[in-house]
Parts: sequence; structure tokens; C-alpha cells
Amino acid sequence: MLKVRVIPCLDVKDGRVVKGVQFEALRDAGDPVEQALAYDAAGADELMFLDITASHEGRRPIHEVIARTADVCFMPLSVGGGVRTVEDARRLLLSGADKISINTAGVENPDLFAAASDAFGAQAVVAAIDAKQVEPGRWEVFTYGGRRATGLDVLDYARLAVERGAGEILLTSMDRDGAKTGYDNALLRAVTGAVTVPVIASGGAGQVSHLVDAVKDGGADAVLAASIFHFGEVSIAEAKAAMAAAGLPVRA
Amino acid sequence: MQTTALIDYGSGNLRSAEKALRKAAEALGGAHEIIVTADPETVAAADRVVLPGVGAFAACMTALGERAGLVAAMEEAVRTRGAPFLGICVGMQLLATRGLEFGETPGLGWISGDVKRLQPTQSAAKVPHMGWNDIRPETISDLFQHMPSPQFYFTHSFAFYPEDPAVMTASVEHGGRFAAAVERGNIAGVQFHPEKSQASGLALIGRFLEWKP
Repeated sequence: MLKVRVIPCLDVKDGRVVKGVQFEALRDAGDPVEQALAYDAAGADELMFLDITASHEGRRPIHEVIARTADVCFMPLSVGGGVRTVEDARRLLLSGADKISINTAGVENPDLFAAASDAFGAQAVVAAIDAKQVEPGRWEVFTYGGRRATGLDVLDYARLAVERGAGEILLTSMDRDGAKTGYDNALLRAVTGAVTVPVIASGGAGQVSHLVDAVKDGGADAVLAASIFHFGEVSIAEAKAAMAAAGLPVRA
Repeated sequence: MQTTALIDYGSGNLRSAEKALRKAAEALGGAHEIIVTADPETVAAADRVVLPGVGAFAACMTALGERAGLVAAMEEAVRTRGAPFLGICVGMQLLATRGLEFGETPGLGWISGDVKRLQPTQSAAKVPHMGWNDIRPETISDLFQHMPSPQFYFTHSFAFYPEDPAVMTASVEHGGRFAAAVERGNIAGVQFHPEKSQASGLALIGRFLEWKP
């Protein structure tokens, strides 16, 4: 049976792992390569690597850092941040990434999903969506690291991204990001009900019960978290033990 | 010193496959040389051949065909001399007679069968099949002895459906059961990514480097 994945996220700025509280007030949590090695040894199911300020500053991802990270990871690695063209995606994949995550550029040009999917397969293309609740049961897509409102409905955009070729959705609740009050399970339920590809829950994990709820209540296929893992509040093993105790399939 | 040719034809998982092969070779005490190559002479003379692959069947087959003499060199090493072969993900699917991904594309045809889109019978099973899943042995294979875990990492929307079910050495369940691994004589392929499957993946690659089919 397919396992629910536990995915630590390395938000990276200037080659260092950081974690923002609602995308501001960054704290330094260390070197990406060291973190990747530690998570590899701890049994993380996958690693997400986001260059969080890339679009905002008009920079390109730091391929050397990604390559060094990928070299010590014998686990799947997703990389995002500033992916604007098929060539950007190709360079990341050749640096050692298994999947590339497209955020702002996908909103501005949904055909990028089709082009990337044709070139690398849908399994390598992740649509990263930053969602903010605008009224009960309705969420809006934001771009540029949560700085710009798009007016797009999250469910419409999720369907469009999958139709064009995204093989997975990384769904971040901006309302919950850094708040540690649990994932937005209503948002998760809405998106997992709207698309047939796997959905990764992101934003809001504060304790192990939140990981369980994202799957049981939200229907998530994978749970992503940063600060609870980075600062040692919860280990990967503890997260998996709690999920297994709740009857969820996890990798031993 | 035994040589293993890792075929370089622009596949996205080449670097990861190389790292994992080198790590597994190191663990075996350095008796294996890993050569990343598209050179027909090197491939034809190799003791073992590994074919990586991700993405679309047709694109991979085209990329392989564009390297002059490469397929013929693989045929020479694997089919004529009997060098052990391991195909990974789309590298495994290319063993098939044909791929039915975007239209119909002929494969290498080393193991008869078709590559078709996954069509889960339960709607809860999502496509792509992405993540760690348990494989189930179907026949006894030397490659899968002493695995630390039966869990491997899968990421694919298409699967290989061999004509002769006896070549399926391991299967996996995801809205239906299909091939996780195939084997016929010295030719083996795995649908999952051993280079991304941590200890179990490195163990499988180690078994392949020592495999005497």
C-alpha cells in the first residue's frame, strides 16, 4: 500500500536554510547540505528544497547548492523557487532534482506546466500554490512569495495546472504558515476533491496530531513541515509513529 | 576490476543513478568501476549495463536512438555477450515491445509487452503513482535477496505490462497490481527508483553489481 509521505522542507535564502513566520521574520536554521544529510539518515521520505526569495529578487536558483544537496540525498528531492522556463527546470533536474516545483511562473503562464510535463513527464512537475482564504470556503492564489494577489480561485487554478500537466500539487496555506495551529484541512479537502493527482499539505504544522489530521480530515497524500523538524521539536520517527498509531500507512 | 556502463543519453536521473552506483560499489570494496558513457565501444565492452530513464517513453527512446551506435552496442553487450542489464523506471519500460504513451512507439523489444497508462480501478489511487510502496515477490530473484525493506520509491504514470507474466519478479499494488520488477535471463528492470530508495535501493544496486545470472 502506498505510504503517506513525510517531507521536511528546506526554505533556503542565500544558501542557508531559513523558515519564515508568515513569510517574514526569518530565522536561520542551518546549512542545507547538513540538513539534507540529517534528514536522509532520519528516514525522511522526500525532501523539498525551496529558494523562497527567488522570484521576488529576480534571481535564479543556486544550482551549486542544489547539486551538493542532491549528491548526499538518496531520497527524492523536489526543488522550487524561481523556475520560470523549461530550461530552468532542466538545469535543476540535471543538478540532481527529481521534481521541479512551479509557483509564480505557472500562474503567469500555465503553458509552462505543459511544456515541462512534455519534456520531463508529469511526475517531475509540481504546481506550488500559495493559498489565502478570502471568505469561508473560498481561497485565492498568491504569487511572488505571498506578496501579490492574483484574483484566481485556488480550485480553478489547481484544476487548470493539472489539466496542463502538473503531476502533483504543493498546497500552502498562507493563513496557517508559521502559525503552528494545524494545516487548513478545509482547503485541503477542497483541493483533494478537485484534482486526481497527489496533494502535499503545507503550512501550519505545530505538532504530530496536525500531520495526522491533514491526512484523515484533509485527504492529503503527503505532509510537509519545516520548523517543527528543523528546531528538533518533532523527529521524523516521532511523526511516523504518531501517524502509524492513527492507522495511517507510513514507511518503516 | 569489473566495469559497469551507466548509459548517458540525457536522462534526468543520470546524476542520482551515478551517485547511488558509486556508493553501492564503494560498499562492495572497490572492485567495480562505474563509467558514465554514451560511447558505443565502451558500452559494447562493459561487464554490466545500467539504463536510467525518467519522463516520456517516446522522448527517451528518441534520445537513445540519436546516440549513433548506442543501441547496437547495448545489444552487443547484453544480448550477444550476456552482460547483466538493469533498466530503471523508463529505462525498464524501454525493454518493452512498444510504448503507448503519446501514440505508439517501438521499444527495444528485449522483453515482450506494452507500456500503458495506469488506470486505477479505485478512485482513491491517484496517478502519478508517487511515493513509497511495498513490493511483493512473484518469483525468486537473486536481485531481491536480503533486502533491508520491501519498500521502494515509485514515481510514474505508466507501467510495463509484460506478455509473459512469468517475467514479473515483483509486483506492486496501486489501484490494481502491476510489475515492480521484471527479469529474463541476464536482463532485469525495476519500475521504482533504487537510486532514491535509501538503504533498500542501495542494497538492490549492490545485488545487481554482484549478480551472476
